[in-house]
Amino acid sequence: MNDNVITVDSLVKSFNGVVAVNDVSFDVSRGEIFGFLGPNGAGKTTTINILCTLLKPDSGRAFVNGYDVLKYKHEVRESIGLVFQDPSLDDRLTGWENLEFHAYVYHIPKTERKRRMIEVLDMVALTDRAHDLVRTYSGGMKRRLEIARGLLHYPHILFLDEPTIGLDPQTRNYIWNYIEDLKKREEITIFLTTHYMEEAEHCERIAIIDRGKIIAMDTPDNLKRMIGGDVIRLKTKDDNRARKEILSLFPQVEMLPDKDTISFKVSKGDEFIPPLIRGLGVEIISINLHRPTLDDVFLKLTGREIREEGMDETASLRFAPFGRPTRR
Amino acid sequence: MVEERVHISEKERFPDRGQKMRRRYTTGIMVIWLRELKRFWRDTPRRIGAFFQPIIYLFLLGTGLQSAFKVFGSGTTVKYVTFMFPGILGMTVLFTSMFSAISILWDREFGFLKEVLVSPVPRSSVAIGKIFGGATTAVMQAAVFMILMFIPSIYGFSLSTLTKAILLLPVAFLLALGLTSLGVAIAARMESFEGFPIVMNFILLPLFFLSGAMFPLQGLPEWLEILTKANPLSYGVDLLRGIALKGVNLSSAQASLAGKIPGEVLSKIPPDVLQKIKASAPQVPKLQSQIYPAWLDVVVMVGFVVVMMAIAVRQFSKQD
Repeated sequence: MNDNVITVDSLVKSFNGVVAVNDVSFDVSRGEIFGFLGPNGAGKTTTINILCTLLKPDSGRAFVNGYDVLKYKHEVRESIGLVFQDPSLDDRLTGWENLEFHAYVYHIPKTERKRRMIEVLDMVALTDRAHDLVRTYSGGMKRRLEIARGLLHYPHILFLDEPTIGLDPQTRNYIWNYIEDLKKREEITIFLTTHYMEEAEHCERIAIIDRGKIIAMDTPDNLKRMIGGDVIRLKTKDDNRARKEILSLFPQVEMLPDKDTISFKVSKGDEFIPPLIRGLGVEIISINLHRPTLDDVFLKLTGREIREEGMDETASLRFAPFGRPTRR
Repeated sequence: MVEERVHISEKERFPDRGQKMRRRYTTGIMVIWLRELKRFWRDTPRRIGAFFQPIIYLFLLGTGLQSAFKVFGSGTTVKYVTFMFPGILGMTVLFTSMFSAISILWDREFGFLKEVLVSPVPRSSVAIGKIFGGATTAVMQAAVFMILMFIPSIYGFSLSTLTKAILLLPVAFLLALGLTSLGVAIAARMESFEGFPIVMNFILLPLFFLSGAMFPLQGLPEWLEILTKANPLSYGVDLLRGIALKGVNLSSAQASLAGKIPGEVLSKIPPDVLQKIKASAPQVPKLQSQIYPAWLDVVVMVGFVVVMMAIAVRQFSKQD
């Protein structure tokens, strides 16, 4: 049996003539943390919605946990857990009741129900608030409860659509520690979408998606290597002498034009620094290593920054009190 | 690899798929139904509002229109509140049923609908759960209102009133099922939260006014009569009234006219003059408690429930 838990083959979906997902194909293997990185409106959520059977694709096929998403909707739904971009809790019920509802709907056996609910609540540290109405929860607590709920039925795949959007950095870290912890303990595949670079770094593999197309797919490190190396900035007592020495010692480096400091490109900056310090006969004042970020990768691939266009739309969505997102 | 797996027959792959689907179906209905009840119970303002609205109608309108009603009925034997009570009962069911569907919009607005739509329970079971949940809350509301039946000036505190109350409940439930389905059918595809009350009132008020809840559906102009006959709620109210007014004396206008003139005066009037007086008096039809046969009421209501439920389930299942 092949070990791909998600297989997507030439998926196309458009809304009123606007192509949201344009011929997307990829595989996710069992136990992987796979991320979709791209600006808002790139087609991330549309892809997730197709995979979790909320949307029908115009063409192409997708298999989740071995089930065709068009033919075996109910089986697909039973195999997955979902944390949506927007809250999907019943705020008139308590946290406990929300979990209870989920447990019934996913048909968790009666003997298991209570134990698992206690377990997941404990995992997200909400045990003492379990019997409060969800409307009294903070944004971070709601998100944690949703993650707990998404895991309650032990899904094979957990879909996280922008799991930390709108959360403060502390909660964001907390959720990520938790997800990584979970990965270690359970045989679970995680599929997430994000437009935060830092978040994408947590993934084992990333697909960069822009305007409905996957433009690159690899591990974060390999993607960053596409940029062509790290940049080292150096300040010394005698820059001219140092420049000459570096070029004679390491002929492979690429000097960059810079007046105040010595800047050059190397392929693996972290491994380059120790021999540099050992070999250089000039006293070093400061040394700085800039590693390419995924932002640089996106910039190189599209000529645009990922954040710029992302911000305004998200902001308007988050702050409109009754702004129902029209995107899918 | 993927191709190979698809060619395995469905029976081989899912030996118990049918059984699982049935299980998902019943769970869906049960869970959604329970949630509707729970939410209704928690929403105290809604409960209180829904309780007082019919009371306001019954006492303010009922008392206010009492004198106008005398023209029609005798006014001496049957009170307007007594006549109107089943109509207001129908109104309670109408309002609570239709507005219970607003929970779909609410759930969509606050995202919970997504959790339901992506769960393994079939959508049709969710729709049916909603319908039964809404209908149950409407009947509970109606039952609370029916306590007022025992007031002496309405039907009085007696065993026959209790029997009537018990008979009214299943009729109210049937009516509620049809009306909640109508509400769900409207709410299922509605995108905007603001539009719902507007559309609802647009449908609700004509349904209410043309149902015979406030006035008897007798002696109406033809066009109005056609509209009332096309209104499914008319049949519900008709049956409710038939049950509620059973054994209540509804004497006709003519009888009361004759009764007001003392016998000795009446005997002195020459027969031909008396004939003229009678002919010139307005011809008012005898007030009836039920204008359609009971079987017709039941048939129309069951038909309404079946059709509306089918539409509601279809509309709800179609959404993304």
